[in-house]
Amino acid sequence: MSAQPVIPDYGDPSACVARDATFCTDWFGDHWWNLFWPALVQHLELTLIAVVAGFVLAVVAAVLCHHKSWLAAPVSGVTSFLYTVPPLALFQLLVPVTGFSVLTVETALVLYSLYLLFTTILTGLREVPEDAVRAARGMGLTRWQILTKVELRLAVPSLISGLRVTTVMTIGIVAIAAYVVDQGLGSLILKALQSPFNTQFIGAGALAVALALAADGVLVLAGRLLTPWARTRRAA
Amino acid sequence: MTQAGPETPAGAQDIVFDHVVKTYPNATVPAVDDLSLTVPAGEICVLLGPSGSGKTTALMMVNRLAEITGGDIRIGGRSILDLDPIRLRRSIGYVIQQTGLFPHLTIAENVATVPKVLGWDKKRLRERVGELLELVGLPAGEYGRRYPAQLSGGQRQRVGIARALAADPPVMLMDEPFGALDPITREHVQDEFLALHARIRKTVIFVSHDIDEAVKMGDRIAIFREGGKLAQYDTPRTLLKEPADAFVARFVGADRGLKRLTLTRLADLADAGALTPARDADAALPQLAADASLRSALSLMVAEGTDAVRVTEPRGPADGSDGTGPVLGVASLDAVRKAGAA
Ligand SMILES: Nc1ncnc2c1ncn2[C@@H]1O[C@H](COP(=O)(O)OP(=O)(O)OP(=O)(O)O)[C@@H](O)[C@H]1O
Ligand SMILES: [Mg+2]
Repeated sequence: MSAQPVIPDYGDPSACVARDATFCTDWFGDHWWNLFWPALVQHLELTLIAVVAGFVLAVVAAVLCHHKSWLAAPVSGVTSFLYTVPPLALFQLLVPVTGFSVLTVETALVLYSLYLLFTTILTGLREVPEDAVRAARGMGLTRWQILTKVELRLAVPSLISGLRVTTVMTIGIVAIAAYVVDQGLGSLILKALQSPFNTQFIGAGALAVALALAADGVLVLAGRLLTPWARTRRAA
Repeated sequence: MTQAGPETPAGAQDIVFDHVVKTYPNATVPAVDDLSLTVPAGEICVLLGPSGSGKTTALMMVNRLAEITGGDIRIGGRSILDLDPIRLRRSIGYVIQQTGLFPHLTIAENVATVPKVLGWDKKRLRERVGELLELVGLPAGEYGRRYPAQLSGGQRQRVGIARALAADPPVMLMDEPFGALDPITREHVQDEFLALHARIRKTVIFVSHDIDEAVKMGDRIAIFREGGKLAQYDTPRTLLKEPADAFVARFVGADRGLKRLTLTRLADLADAGALTPARDADAALPQLAADASLRSALSLMVAEGTDAVRVTEPRGPADGSDGTGPVLGVASLDAVRKAGAA
C-alpha cells in the first residue's frame, strides 16, 4: 500500500476519467483488485479485531459487574469517559506510547467500543428473569453453567444489539484511523481528498457504507438464528 | 414404578427440621425461628401462613438456596450440611410460582436440564423426557419442541413439575406452584398433581397461602405466624377441628367446619354404613355422586331446601353413558353433620 502514489496513477485515461466525471465505473472496476478490495479487507480486519477484542473484554467486565454490583459504577464511569474522548484525540494520545502502528489503532478502537458493549451486555444480564436464575440455582446448576447456559443465552438479544451499534460505529472510526496507519478504506479517502479526481473518494466511501450495512445485516441474521425462542414469543 | 403402598414409598425420604433458625445478614429478627417438624416419607406437607412468615425461607433452606444459621435439616437421616449444595440440589425437585422455565429452551430441553448436567446419554435422556411429558399430559410429540411462551399458564406449570421430576428426586419442593393460575385451572392442576403424587409418592413440601389449597393438598399442614414461628403442625382434619390458638383459628377461618366437610366424601359415609336405604319417596331428592364431598352434599341440601340427598355410584369412565350410576342410599343432613363433627 505504501508504494501507492498519493495522487492515483491514471494510466491511460479513459474517456470518463479524461472528462473528470464525478464517478467513473470503469476506473473503479479497473482498480477493484489492486486498490479497493485490499482496502476493504484491511478495513474489515481492523474492525473485526477491535470488535472481537472489545466484546470479550466487555463480556468479562459485565459478568464481573453483574456478580459484584459495586464494580458497575466505576467500570461504567471509566468506559463512558473513554467514549467521550474524540477519536482523533485518542489516537494522538496513544501515538507517543505505541507509535504509528496497528496496535495504536486497535487499542483506541477497543477502548471506544467498551462503553456501548459493556452497557448493553450488563443490561442484558440484568434483564434475565430472576425466576429462571433461581430455578437454575435450585436445580443444581453451577455458577458457570448458569452463566453460560442461562444468563448469557438469554442476554443474546442485548449482546447482538450492542454488537450492531458498536460494529457500525467502529467501521466509521476505522476510516479515521488512516491518519495513524496507511490501511483501510480511510486511507483511500484520505489520499483522494488531496486530488480533484473523485472516483476513489466516492468509491471508498460507498464501500465503507456498504460494509457497515452488510455487517449489520449479518449480525441481525445471527441474532435471529441464535434466538429462535424470541420469534415464537412475538408470534404468540 | 413398582407397586409401593403409601406405607413404604419407593425411594421417598423423610425430611426433618431440627430446631432450624434462619437469620438473614443484617436482619435483627430471624425469618425462621426454631422450626422443628418432620415430614414423613411420601407425604405432602403444606407450609401455610401470612406473607413474610418465612415459608419460602423454610423451603429454600432445604436445598440450601438459603443457608441455615442454626439447627439442622436431615433428609433420609443425612444432614444437608454434609452434602455438596450442587449435588444436594440435583437430588431435589424444585418448582416455583412463575415456573422459572427457561424461555430460550424448548419444553423437552427444559425437562432435560438436570439429567443433562448429570451426564445422561442421549437415548436415556430422550426416553425420560418422553415419559415425563406423557406423565403430565403433554405428549412430547406435540409439545416437546415448543417454547414455554407457546404454552398456557397451566401447561407451563405442568412442565415445571415434569422438569422437577426429571432426575427422579426423592424430595420435591414447591413454592406456591399454582399461585399464578386462575381458580379453575388451579383446581385442575391440583387434581392432576394429587393423582400424580398418588403414583410417584415423593416427599413434598408445598408452600401456599391459600387454606383451601392446603386442606386439599396436604397430608399435614404447618401454619406459620409472623416472625417465622410455627403455630401448629397437624393433619388438616385436626387443624380444622382443634386449632391450637386464636391465630390459627382466625387463619383457618370461621368456616372451618365447612372446610372439614371437604375432607370426607359421600363414599366414606357409605363405607361407614351411615347412609339410609333409598325408598320410593326419596326419588324426588336431589342426587349426587359418591365421590362428591360432604360439603357439596350440604351445599346441595341448602340450595334445594331438602334435608337429604340421594347418593349414586360415581359414573364409571369406561361405560361412557351420560346417566348416573345406581343409587347407593340416602345421606341425611344429620348423618352429614355427625360425620363432619367426628
Ligand atoms: N434475601 C433476603 N434477605 C433478607 N431478608 C429476607 C430475604 N428473603 C426474605 N427475607 C425476609 O425474611 C422474611 C420471610 O420471608 P419469606 O420470603 O420466607 O416469606 P414468605 O412466607 O415466603 O412470604 P410470601 O407469602 O410473601 O412469599 C421476610 O421478613 C422477608 O423480608
Ligand atoms: Mg414466599
